[in-house]
Amino acid sequence: MQSQLELPQKQDNHQELSVGQVIRKNMRQYTMIITLIVIMLLFQLLTDGLLLKPLNITNLILQNAHILVLAIGMVLVIITGHIDLSVGSVAAFVGAVSGIMIINHNVPTFLAIIISLLLGAAIGAWQGFWVAYVKIPAFIVTLAGMLIFRGLTMVALEGKSIAPYPDGFQAMSAGFIPDWLGGGSLHVTTMVIGFVLALLYVFNEWKARKNQISYGFDLQPVGLFIAKLAVIFIVLNLFAYVLATYEGIPNILVILGVLVLLYSFVTNQTTAGRHIYAIGGNEKAAQLSGIKTKKVTFWVFVNMGVLSALSGLLFAARLNAATPKAGNLFELDAIAACFIGGASAYGGIGTVAGAIIGGLVMGIMNNGMSLLGVGIDWQQGIKGFVLLAAVALDIYNKNKAA
Amino acid sequence: MSDIILEMKSITKEFPGVKALDNVSLKVKEGEIHALCGENGAGKSTLMKVLSGVYPHGTYSGEILFNGSSCAFKTIKDSEQLGIVIIHQELALVPYLSIAENIFLGNEQSRRGIINWHQTTMKTKELLAKVGLKENPDTKVGDIGVGKQQLVEIAKAFSKNVKLLILDEPTASLNERDSENLLQLMLEFKKQGISSIVISHKLNEIEKVADSITILRDGQSIETLSMKDSQVNEDRIIKGMVGRDLTHRYPDRSPNIHQTIFEVKKWNVYHPLHTHRKVIDEVDLHVRSGEIVGIAGLMGAGRTELAMSLFGRCYGKKITGQTFLRGEEVVLDGVDRAIGHGLAYVSEDRKDSGLILMEDIKTNITLASLKQICSRLVVNKNKEVQVAEEYRRKLNIKTPSVHQKAGLLSGGNQQKIVLSKWILSNPDLLILDEPTRGIDVGAKYEIYTIIDELARQGKGILMISSELPELLGMCDRIYCMNEGRITGEVTREEASQEVLMRYMTKRKESDHHAKSAGITAKAR
Repeated sequence: MQSQLELPQKQDNHQELSVGQVIRKNMRQYTMIITLIVIMLLFQLLTDGLLLKPLNITNLILQNAHILVLAIGMVLVIITGHIDLSVGSVAAFVGAVSGIMIINHNVPTFLAIIISLLLGAAIGAWQGFWVAYVKIPAFIVTLAGMLIFRGLTMVALEGKSIAPYPDGFQAMSAGFIPDWLGGGSLHVTTMVIGFVLALLYVFNEWKARKNQISYGFDLQPVGLFIAKLAVIFIVLNLFAYVLATYEGIPNILVILGVLVLLYSFVTNQTTAGRHIYAIGGNEKAAQLSGIKTKKVTFWVFVNMGVLSALSGLLFAARLNAATPKAGNLFELDAIAACFIGGASAYGGIGTVAGAIIGGLVMGIMNNGMSLLGVGIDWQQGIKGFVLLAAVALDIYNKNKAA
Repeated sequence: MSDIILEMKSITKEFPGVKALDNVSLKVKEGEIHALCGENGAGKSTLMKVLSGVYPHGTYSGEILFNGSSCAFKTIKDSEQLGIVIIHQELALVPYLSIAENIFLGNEQSRRGIINWHQTTMKTKELLAKVGLKENPDTKVGDIGVGKQQLVEIAKAFSKNVKLLILDEPTASLNERDSENLLQLMLEFKKQGISSIVISHKLNEIEKVADSITILRDGQSIETLSMKDSQVNEDRIIKGMVGRDLTHRYPDRSPNIHQTIFEVKKWNVYHPLHTHRKVIDEVDLHVRSGEIVGIAGLMGAGRTELAMSLFGRCYGKKITGQTFLRGEEVVLDGVDRAIGHGLAYVSEDRKDSGLILMEDIKTNITLASLKQICSRLVVNKNKEVQVAEEYRRKLNIKTPSVHQKAGLLSGGNQQKIVLSKWILSNPDLLILDEPTRGIDVGAKYEIYTIIDELARQGKGILMISSELPELLGMCDRIYCMNEGRITGEVTREEASQEVLMRYMTKRKESDHHAKSAGITAKAR
């Protein structure tokens, strides 16, 4: 015991984990990805290959981007142990305000976008104040918000839709990146970007592994590591190729990609991310560890407000109109995406990647069922069952582990 | 034989890793008030839970005889059927329901599911008269004081045709007058032939009402004393409660004490909700470098409240007083500030407020010191693993990997994670609140060694504990608290369990009873 508090000796002998250990450690992630692939293959078969046609993949992205944006913000809210029911109404309201600014008052598009995002932040701050500082349950605050902002949307639009937006604004959701490298039926720039991103990914992973070696940690088996890199490298390039054979990378995918990378980084790698998980995991312990729990909760809601605003703008741009009906049931799609993606309703657990995968599962089911000609009525019911099954499976797995 | 209403024979109850009751026997005579005494954790509450059927028959060994016949209670209902009713320290009343509704909760006066309100009210009136409570049966329980709520609980017991009434710390949350009323009521019940068992830390009250006393210590029944015996007084009871062997359970301390690190002057704290209630009253204390200072006190003495109010004011309202670090006055407003100034607080309940059980070990260890493993707000995860590994080795945390979830570890190892977390934050003063609660004996020794080592490194340690032997074994100096005040300060040499117990039960000067007049008021 005397020697217990001595300085650590440098460990210089690392060892590789077995394949089994690695799989067990990342079980949760793998199940989600496998679920996504199974659903994709299922609809690919059922639709005779329509699902993964370049046109349809592009459509999938365009159709679901606004929900995925919401899901990113929502997963943070859910990790802190709260919920936000108002995001659909907020999106509609911000969309309406943007329409009034741009279409009715000729405010420059860029300025209107900035103002809209700030409006979203203000709305988030309003709700965050009640939740974090007054301690009103988020369910109630955001239920009120859902009614308030839906009402305000109708007031602002006087019950009518306004259209059309200028081209610059529409391009956000309907445009594609230009093909600088020019040429023929294939979108070369897209291919190049895909290739560069894939290279960057491989380089990053390789650097991380080298880092781990220098720290003397246990490593993934080399075989598995290389196989993983190879698969992702190929998938990324394949994906770029598919997009390139249609119109290239949609603008909205660029926005989405930046958001996913940014928020994954924040939640995984930064102290802010740690604080968010800690609050959801055990608020008292977080507070006693010096984390400003109220402040963090407040900012999570502000963030949700901004992303709701962005989602509203994307949706308005895609529809090319600001309508009072916009954003209807968005909140439920976003929440479902988070839970299908493995977030816990009790807080503390969830990932941005999971929420995106959950959102894609929902999106592919919507799209696939539409291709099959399943009516909206049945689509709703089936999605409900999938949500219940996904969460039930999750809880069953957790109970088994405990 | 017929005058023994209850006999519990060689009751043994084990929890995973802990023997809570070891061959305990208890005999209660018909119509007497029988007191059950012992330190926190001696097994009193466990014994009563066995008796009332909270721990069903089969989960313990031994025999319970009630009125001469053997009993095997499966639920609380079974024991209540025979007239054994327990009133817990935390009252089990629904504040939003009326007195009448509470009394007949689960036992509604009804026919085919339809409640007969007339009968309910009439019966409630009768019961309230019996316990001397003048309140309207329709009054909401939340609107009456704690003392009256206690009477409602007792009235509820009477509605079940009680033969043996068990009161767990009945006067703990009552003021002087309400306590006195309750004691009178107990004597009244005795006249009516109802037997009762009372668990209490307040020895003067026990002396007043009890006919006999059974003393528990470390899960064993030590002795049963009759209060008719003139030899039996408070000192005699204390001796029975604390007398135990202290050798070789603690590391040898050879303290190396330097200048004062931390000092508090005239610290006052009010209850966060009942803001007129003073929880901490004019507390002065100091801790020196290399010193382990204990805080002794019974439950509700205000020890945790003191610690948490000092640690970034995370407890209480209207806090006044001064705090000094190395002689300089500091305002510790906010936990992050307290940590920044070199304070650390290991909370009393590690599952509730110490750990994030669903997170892994490394995340828990670094939570309070993220700055150390960050560059520009980005967490260096490799460094994090390295730091966690270092503490795993230093504190001997038994786990296959630091990626393991904290919730899967044993109590002792969880406590080591919490200690790692706070040692990593590199504090000057560590406040340890019940650092060995719920930990088995072997791990306790390890925790003690870690604490000793920290003091050796020159840190100041403020250690709150309900286990007096632990304080005696570890501390260089001990403060005693009662009712939010420091009632005594003793050095290692002067300290004994009897001395501590006396200070811990010492009341405020003004309402000092003749009974405890023998106790010297000043620290020796």
